[in-house]
Amino acid sequence: MSIPLMDGHASEPTIFDLSVPGRSAASFRTTGVPHADPSETIPSNLIRTEEIELPEVSERDMVAHFTRLTHRQFSVDLGAYPLGSCTMKYNPKFADVASTIPGLANVHPCQPESAIQGWLELMTTLERWFIEITGMAGATLQPSAGAQGELTGLLIMRAFHENVGRQRRNVIIPDSAHGTNPASVTLSGYKPVTVRSGPDGLVDLDALEALLDEDTAGIMLTNPNTLGLFEKDILKISKAVHEVGGLLYYDGANLNAIMGVVRPGDMGFDIVHSNLHKTFATPHGGGGPGSGPVAVTSELVDFLPGPKPAVIGENPDGSTRYGFVTPSKSIGRIHSFHGNAMVFVRALTYMLYYGGEGLAEVSHTAVLNANWLRKRISRSYPSAHDATCMHEFVCSASSLKRSTGVRGLDVAKKLLEYGFHAPTVYFPLVVDEALMFEPTETESLQTLKSLAGALDEIAEIAHSEDGHDLIHRAPTHTPVTRLDEARAARSLIPTFDASVEMERNQLND
Amino acid sequence: MSGFIPHTPTEVQEMLDFLGIHQVEDLFISIPESIRLARGALELPSGISEPDLLCRMRELADKNRPNPEDLICFAGGGAYDHDIASSTRSLASRSEFVTAYTPYQPEVAQGVLQALFEYQSLVTRISGLPISNASLYDGASALVEALNLCVSQNKNPLVWMSQGINPSFRAVARTFAAGTGHEIVEVPLNNANTIWPFNSQKIPGVVVVGYPNYLGVVEELFEMLEYSQKNDVRIVFVYDPVAVSLLKSPGSLGADVAVAEGQPFGVGLNFGGPYLGLFSVKSDYVRLLPGRLVGETADSEGRKGYVTTLRAREQDIRREKASSNVCTNQTLIAITAAIQLSWLGKAGMKELAQRCYSGTEYLKRLLVGRPGPFSLVSNRPTIREFAIRTPIPAELVVERMLEEGFLAGIPLNRDFDGSDVHGSLLVSVTEKRSAVEIENYVNAMERVVK
Repeated sequence: MSIPLMDGHASEPTIFDLSVPGRSAASFRTTGVPHADPSETIPSNLIRTEEIELPEVSERDMVAHFTRLTHRQFSVDLGAYPLGSCTMKYNPKFADVASTIPGLANVHPCQPESAIQGWLELMTTLERWFIEITGMAGATLQPSAGAQGELTGLLIMRAFHENVGRQRRNVIIPDSAHGTNPASVTLSGYKPVTVRSGPDGLVDLDALEALLDEDTAGIMLTNPNTLGLFEKDILKISKAVHEVGGLLYYDGANLNAIMGVVRPGDMGFDIVHSNLHKTFATPHGGGGPGSGPVAVTSELVDFLPGPKPAVIGENPDGSTRYGFVTPSKSIGRIHSFHGNAMVFVRALTYMLYYGGEGLAEVSHTAVLNANWLRKRISRSYPSAHDATCMHEFVCSASSLKRSTGVRGLDVAKKLLEYGFHAPTVYFPLVVDEALMFEPTETESLQTLKSLAGALDEIAEIAHSEDGHDLIHRAPTHTPVTRLDEARAARSLIPTFDASVEMERNQLND
Repeated sequence: MSGFIPHTPTEVQEMLDFLGIHQVEDLFISIPESIRLARGALELPSGISEPDLLCRMRELADKNRPNPEDLICFAGGGAYDHDIASSTRSLASRSEFVTAYTPYQPEVAQGVLQALFEYQSLVTRISGLPISNASLYDGASALVEALNLCVSQNKNPLVWMSQGINPSFRAVARTFAAGTGHEIVEVPLNNANTIWPFNSQKIPGVVVVGYPNYLGVVEELFEMLEYSQKNDVRIVFVYDPVAVSLLKSPGSLGADVAVAEGQPFGVGLNFGGPYLGLFSVKSDYVRLLPGRLVGETADSEGRKGYVTTLRAREQDIRREKASSNVCTNQTLIAITAAIQLSWLGKAGMKELAQRCYSGTEYLKRLLVGRPGPFSLVSNRPTIREFAIRTPIPAELVVERMLEEGFLAGIPLNRDFDGSDVHGSLLVSVTEKRSAVEIENYVNAMERVVK
């Protein structure tokens, strides 16, 4: 079996290879504007003398090129994408339509407030939904992605402590956390301190209590954590952290497990970010644009970034008047303008479609799917922790590796040949040969059964006579076979020009 | 449940039976009961259908008045009203690009990876610096990452930031400096040109200059460039990627890092986002590069292919010692820019900048070329926008011009306190503006200030 349209084996030339001097696709309006000569005003020592060497291609060749590239790309629209921690659910097409409504998409970000009342209402509405889902009091939509949301939240934490005259130094992070957590902590000026997980995959309470002291600014937790397990001691954790004056930060990457089931605010969290491009189905775009709004408790609303949309009064006709306000102790601005606004449109359509009860149904089904798959494949791929999981789970290929030499990465690569995207591999770091699956609620039972069937078959092949070699060669029905990542890092070719130079040097050698 | 949850009640029952439980709620027993919500506890409305929600979004759009379709745009300031090729719109909305994740499995992500490789190649040719990452969130975040890179490289946290940098970018830099501890000194303008304190006792680690600056002005740069090179100061250019079609590249002038807002390349106004942070550096800094980097390599059969590379810099591997916390960035927008740049091509790119320049010069001539109510803030050269003083407050001009069918420009207030620029109006002309639109704009401007 192979992925339709993805088994062409010829390389696609680059757009630069297709360039022929003198060709052009561009066309411009007739404006009647008289020509002005830049050399009349721009100093001669700053004026460009050689044109920028952009490719010269016909529109037809260009369209063919990028269309062929899309045939070399897996996507949610093509098949199941059980990449753990990434929540690759189906992205509704109505959001595509909504995000191209001209009255939203063609608005300049610096238009006066009087001319953007619709946008301000849209943003405050989205904030309200987000606040209710997370159990918080106020929110900002400015952060462009989860990592920027984390840093925003940590700067709010810092501003809060400084405001009450507390000198704090450390932010505690579990060893199973996403890598963005420690990186964000460093950028916030705090020091990350790791708390270990216990044998049950949960934060070790005793170890945590030993770390908590007057230097603790707060703790960052993902709950359910990256092992897909709910931190059942969360109320004890939040009590202990609050007792030393620390704050709790909720990494919302895994919010898809708990909507309408439990709220971070009710667990004792003070600051929450969410990835609209995960839980709220805005597409990932191959790695962005995302959106990472942050919500906080009433104690922290004055520190939120600004300017932020708000209700500022009533119009003469009785309708609500919106404007931008900057909170009194705001940490400042996070985005050039107001955030990834068109992503807000998509996320709001998704929320409106499901409504409060529908969002709970989303989380229920995501958790049901994950548990079904976990149990179904557990014979070949035992779970790292034998507990009910939330919306994702981590299993291990370590026993397979011991008996056959086939590693987690090999399983992932082989799975690509079956038309499924691979799970997340080798994360979290606390599990040997980790395979992290997150099926999401939009995959049907039939899809889960074929996925499980493929995984079983891979385990069978691994145990067969030539199994190890066969799987180690995978994937073969893909546009390229395994790529030499070491070579890419060793002799770096980050541009077409570098590629040409490399080839020239090799010819000369 | 209808919609995007495909499970029938029979299937749900089959799954529950397989798991040996009675109801889905049984899967949530690890959540303390005291905080578990009852069904329907969220105080949110019920779901609505696709047609209903689209109506609702159109209603919201209709509240943006005047309708942006009826508003002729003379505002810029980092967000420009350019034409977008139909082919760019079509290709960039293909679902293989739109619904993919970050390319963690390169064998099935060659489409995104190669498009990003081409994007990086295009950005290096525009900036004149040999290394570009695979995108950052926006112009402001690209500037923040530039400061972080420079300071981590030379360990001098003193930053001289020209007040000619976009005020929002400066504000974002200040926000993040609260965490990094960078000491940002904003250097004032005189006649729209930065007055660098060359005689200052303390030598900065980094200087940041606009090219052209936020007021559209091509500043005098050479003294600053010489000073920086002599004193081992890192130079960050915040450039306009359209204007550099007419100007020497930042790289050729000695920039260490060049950052830009990439919105002009095929990205709509979008109420300010998603946009695109262009980020390129000298090759010495490649190991400090924030964000993703795509490199060419070969597969096991010797065929050319692409992977994300130098991954050891990144947060998921290096964790607290990573050069940046960036994970998800703006891939789809970077691909959009690559497509639009390919469509523009070598000749079209120059033509685009030339048309912006011609339109801007035409507007300038009509607005201030003869005695009248408006005057230039600076007589220095500009490419595609300029600031004017207005006889009534700039905000009032903008409000009144809305009724005339124009977005007149951006009033300069925020972050210009105490500067001679304060209170002026920033206006911009793109290749979309016709001579008639420009003439009508000038007539309307003269009417509304009477």
